[in-house]
Amino acid sequence: MSAFSLIVVGVSAGGLNALGTLLGGLAADFPIPIAVVQHRSRDSDALTLVLQSHTPLRVLEIEDKMTFEPGNVYVAPPDYHTLIDDDHFALSVDAPVTYSRPSIDVLFESAADVLGTRLAGIVLTGANQDGARGLRKVVQRGGYAIVQDPSTAEVAVMPRAALELVPNAQVVPLAGLGAYLNTLSRRAA
Amino acid sequence: MTLADTPAAYVRELERIEIDVLLEAIFRHYGFDFRSYAYSSLKRRLWKRIEAEELRTVSQLQDLVLHNEAAMERLLLDLSVSVSAMFRDPNFYLAFRQKVVPILRTYPFIRIWHAGCSTGEELYSMAILLEEEGLYDRARMYATDINEVVLTAAREGIYPVDRMQEYTQNYVKAGGKRSFSEYYTARYDHALFAPALRRNAVFAQHNLVTDRSFSEFNVILCRNVMIYFDRKLQDRVHKLFYESLPVFGILALGNKESLVLSEYEPRYEAIDPRERIYRRVT
Repeated sequence: MSAFSLIVVGVSAGGLNALGTLLGGLAADFPIPIAVVQHRSRDSDALTLVLQSHTPLRVLEIEDKMTFEPGNVYVAPPDYHTLIDDDHFALSVDAPVTYSRPSIDVLFESAADVLGTRLAGIVLTGANQDGARGLRKVVQRGGYAIVQDPSTAEVAVMPRAALELVPNAQVVPLAGLGAYLNTLSRRAA
Repeated sequence: MTLADTPAAYVRELERIEIDVLLEAIFRHYGFDFRSYAYSSLKRRLWKRIEAEELRTVSQLQDLVLHNEAAMERLLLDLSVSVSAMFRDPNFYLAFRQKVVPILRTYPFIRIWHAGCSTGEELYSMAILLEEEGLYDRARMYATDINEVVLTAAREGIYPVDRMQEYTQNYVKAGGKRSFSEYYTARYDHALFAPALRRNAVFAQHNLVTDRSFSEFNVILCRNVMIYFDRKLQDRVHKLFYESLPVFGILALGNKESLVLSEYEPRYEAIDPRERIYRRVT
């Protein structure tokens, strides 16, 4: 059994390429469920289709109370926050947090509280500060923190902000992220 | 284990105990039952209140709200309000126009329940839709919420004027037939919606968690309300809705809420699966 029950990914501007590269590098039998918050406009719903073209893993848009399971990549729906309760996702329409709904911080903080050491968090490219506080919470709760090497990010603001709050996070270049996660996923509980 | 050496799991369990005790106390003292609310969202809202009151723990919040009714009112607002938008998810209203309105046209009288109407944005949206489809005069809308404060706001129909641009865009995408500005009067920073839009609306306090069905409806709208409930409570509310709908009665949920996880799923068919509009069939 893997040491991790869930990987949470936060990404904003430049996300389509970054997510495509990340998912494309994952093993076809990648054993940990992945939940992605990608900032996007309210009525864009093609994201799951686009991501599906990069991976044999199943890409699903999150619905309220959906259980997370290995072999799946879950995408947070626009205009809702996604949180974690026990073994499933829970949605909310509470006010945007730092102008974002979905907010990366909200997902990361809630997942960190529930999963503690069994959580890994990744902050990728983006033009704002979302995800930094969330990643800090992941580490405070004993989880594993990864930040995309800012020099490989389309927009470096978000990974830099994350590194400022979590200086000890693993810094991984985008091209190597899939392979890095494949190795990490074999770490035993 | 020493007290200084507190692993995350320990903190988490302690917080759970504190929250359970707080919710039990609120229920027994005030009668509001949040014990089956989805935990993570509830916890987030509790901490917002804890910080706003400049407190440090859930237990301190418990002390405050049990001895200070004004503080309880503030917490109640935090826990029970979810601000929506007019014509939120325009495609839902479009689907309602195209697929539900033709069914409603065949009825002489239409009873609609907005369960958990909050501050009324979606109630006024539906009123506008019914008005434009020529159905308003045979409709009666029952708008209920657990919270008296938000019901008062819903009765008033006054919203921040700076949201009108967003609402207008939603209205157009939702298939609106007129100019959205016909429905409100802008005054300073507020938009006052036409009182005629609520001439057939009845506002009442109703608690989905503890109260029973109070009538039978042709349409029940409950969008993005049950996401705040845990699965067990969701099932309870689904039972309540099922018992409040006749065969062919219509149930509309939020875009990311599914009947699939409910035991009532086989008793409905989807009129529009994407927009989560269902019809009771047995």
